Amino acid sequence: MNNLIRSSVRCLRASTAAYVSRQPAGHVSFTSARFLCAATDMQQTLGEMVKKDKVVVFIKGTPAQPMCGFSNAVVQILRMHGVDNYAAYNVLDDQDLRQGIKEFSNWPTIPQVYLNSEFVGGCDILLQMHQSGDLVEELNKMGIRSALVEAEKESK
Amino acid sequence: MVVTAELIRDKLLKELEAVHVDIEDTSLNRCAASFKALIVSSQFEGKPLLQRHRLVNGCLAEELKEIHAFEQKTLTPEQWEKQKG
Repeated sequence: MNNLIRSSVRCLRASTAAYVSRQPAGHVSFTSARFLCAATDMQQTLGEMVKKDKVVVFIKGTPAQPMCGFSNAVVQILRMHGVDNYAAYNVLDDQDLRQGIKEFSNWPTIPQVYLNSEFVGGCDILLQMHQSGDLVEELNKMGIRSALVEAEKESK
Repeated sequence: MVVTAELIRDKLLKELEAVHVDIEDTSLNRCAASFKALIVSSQFEGKPLLQRHRLVNGCLAEELKEIHAFEQKTLTPEQWEKQKG
């Protein structure tokens, strides 16, 4: 019975997809739900998650407390551009999510970045886009004005 | 499976016909848990960054399951020449 309750909670949680996760450390993970919420549901849920917000990242840890240097780099790059209104999903909170997003993006590593529902890449690619100026351009296309552009204007 | 820098280099040279591969073990105590790679291959020509990385990830699919992190820089021979000069 307990398992069933947990499972339905987990299904609900998946469909309401937590924003910047504020789960307390050590919360119970609902691995037993795997049998009810099949992998296909996860793929569907992920499709909705990446569409829901303009900027979506899947990272280890949270933007406030990244648990891996590469995830931290993604958070810092977005911060530099003044992008703070984005959805961040902590894959360490959820093994199904961690595995599911790798399959969904056909990408073997975390972090993963989505802009306008489109998969952009991991840390290396975001960093190179940042360095080449492509990121400013991409954000601009989405109607997000990079803080770096503003800063440059002011210094002129 | 034990993933080594040599194994990764060999695969990239062979499967991506890379003309140059630099592999650095970036794990704290050189325990082959993470690597940084510079890969130069003409197979990257005309491909955006994401496609290039997908090529590499595909080539190293099995190895990437075992290691914690893999940083990559993917250049065409032409880009590499420019960077050297």
